[in-house]
Amino acid sequence: MSLEIINLWYVVSAALFIFGLKQLGSPATAVRGNRLSSIAMLIAVVATLFNKDILPWEWIIGAILVGSLVGAITAQKVEMTSMPEMVALFNGSGGIASLMVGWAALYNVGNTTFTDITILLSILIGGMTFSGSILAWGKLSEVINSAAVVFGAQRFVNALILVAIVVCSVMFCLEPAVDSPYLYAVIALALIFGVMAVLPIGGADMPVVISLLNSYSGLAACAAGFAINNNILIVAGSMVGAAGIILTNIMCKAMNRSLGHVLFSGFGAVKEATKVEGEVKPINSEDAFLILEAAQSVSFVPGYGMAVAQAQHVVRELGELLEKNGAEVTYAIHPVAGRMPGHMNVLLAEANVPYDQLVEMEDINPRIDKVDVAVVIGANDVVNPAARNDENSPIYGMPIINVDQAQTVFVLKRSMASGFSGVDNPLFFGDNTRMLFGDAKQSIAAVVAEFKT
Amino acid sequence: MDAVFLALILMLSIFLGFELISKVPATLHTPLMSGANAISGITIVGALISASSGTEGSDMLATILGAAAVMFATINVVGGYMVTNRMLSMFKKKDVDQSGGKS
Repeated sequence: MSLEIINLWYVVSAALFIFGLKQLGSPATAVRGNRLSSIAMLIAVVATLFNKDILPWEWIIGAILVGSLVGAITAQKVEMTSMPEMVALFNGSGGIASLMVGWAALYNVGNTTFTDITILLSILIGGMTFSGSILAWGKLSEVINSAAVVFGAQRFVNALILVAIVVCSVMFCLEPAVDSPYLYAVIALALIFGVMAVLPIGGADMPVVISLLNSYSGLAACAAGFAINNNILIVAGSMVGAAGIILTNIMCKAMNRSLGHVLFSGFGAVKEATKVEGEVKPINSEDAFLILEAAQSVSFVPGYGMAVAQAQHVVRELGELLEKNGAEVTYAIHPVAGRMPGHMNVLLAEANVPYDQLVEMEDINPRIDKVDVAVVIGANDVVNPAARNDENSPIYGMPIINVDQAQTVFVLKRSMASGFSGVDNPLFFGDNTRMLFGDAKQSIAAVVAEFKT
Repeated sequence: MDAVFLALILMLSIFLGFELISKVPATLHTPLMSGANAISGITIVGALISASSGTEGSDMLATILGAAAVMFATINVVGGYMVTNRMLSMFKKKDVDQSGGKS
């Protein structure tokens, strides 16, 4: 096939990518959208393979086989709770692929300076996506401490690295060569910079990191597209870049923090929050059952704790029993609940909760006072009224689900420890709050058992 | 292709990307992310081209880099699409399919 015809197929592929993304806009058409997008990818790959210059077949087929096998096994095996880790790893593999494409593009003869710059960009972004993602994966899977690491000279060190990257890049562009020492320096610096960028981010900010790295992996593909003059890489890469930026932005807004603040300073510990004191009112599963049985409207508010306790299935069971009992059941999900955007929704969908019962924070808050019982399961910061009332709280200003304004609140909790951000929660001491202590799964199962007797 | 033309493509697709993706509801953000991840595996096209660029200059390193890039990008593509499909198939509307759901 001539280059023109290959490029024509790329146009078809780009159109299908766009349609695919559009159909991802509704749960009803999303499966089809994903399939369209995969067909687009297939077209792009096959069209490229028809180029007569594509040669070392044994290498390529081997690489595709190994990659498909690893990808397919991971995709089948991964638990929905560990989706964030998997996405982090996949981001990393996209990043390293872009780095290698950029590097290999140096072997093309007759590169202009513009091409050299884009090659460096693809190496830089690809490299930092890779090392950053590996670190993010380590933090998420708790292989290493997931807390933010902040040290005094951090900004100074980062600035030094940036300067070094710029200097090496300029030196490289002046005398581009595949074995230039400056090339190796840029690769090493990019990897270090990725680690330095993710180190100061941790704990509750992890959803932001994943979104951002997702965006980087797209931008890296985009830069690789410039490096090898390929338009489909630019189109697809920039769409991924846009997706990541949008999600990052949503996450930041949902935590009332600016992106800069997330990137450069660890969470909280700046101001001393007002100490909360009061009496907690514990409740047992029998009393919880009596209150739930009388409720007309029940809203579950899940957090990552629900995933840890693997309580989603038994929660869905309780939800169905309540519905049979005549109550309206919803699941109110805060944008940053869980470890990545939309994580809770997937976990509940896996437990067979129909998606029309999943409601967003903006939809539930105006009618929260009509909710008879709000059941908070493993969530803490996203329902903390201090975000509304206490100007000294580190999470002040963060939009929350106002469960404290519901008629009754059940809080399922293992013990009185504070949440991810280490902030006290006055919700636990509210007049209408009842604490159901113990493992979330067992507590809910006990209530379900009461319903069945 | 000339740089200005590529830059034009870049600009248009970023705008289009923003338009399309800001319409995706919060419920689908995780599949959106893994789906986007799969799309970022488009580097596979670049990797395929790179793997072959080494043969003419008889430089082994370019071929190895390209082949490794093909492998990593394929993980992204295959894994990304499969896991997205797996997730999206779980999203069901009420009363459509409750066969396994009733207790």
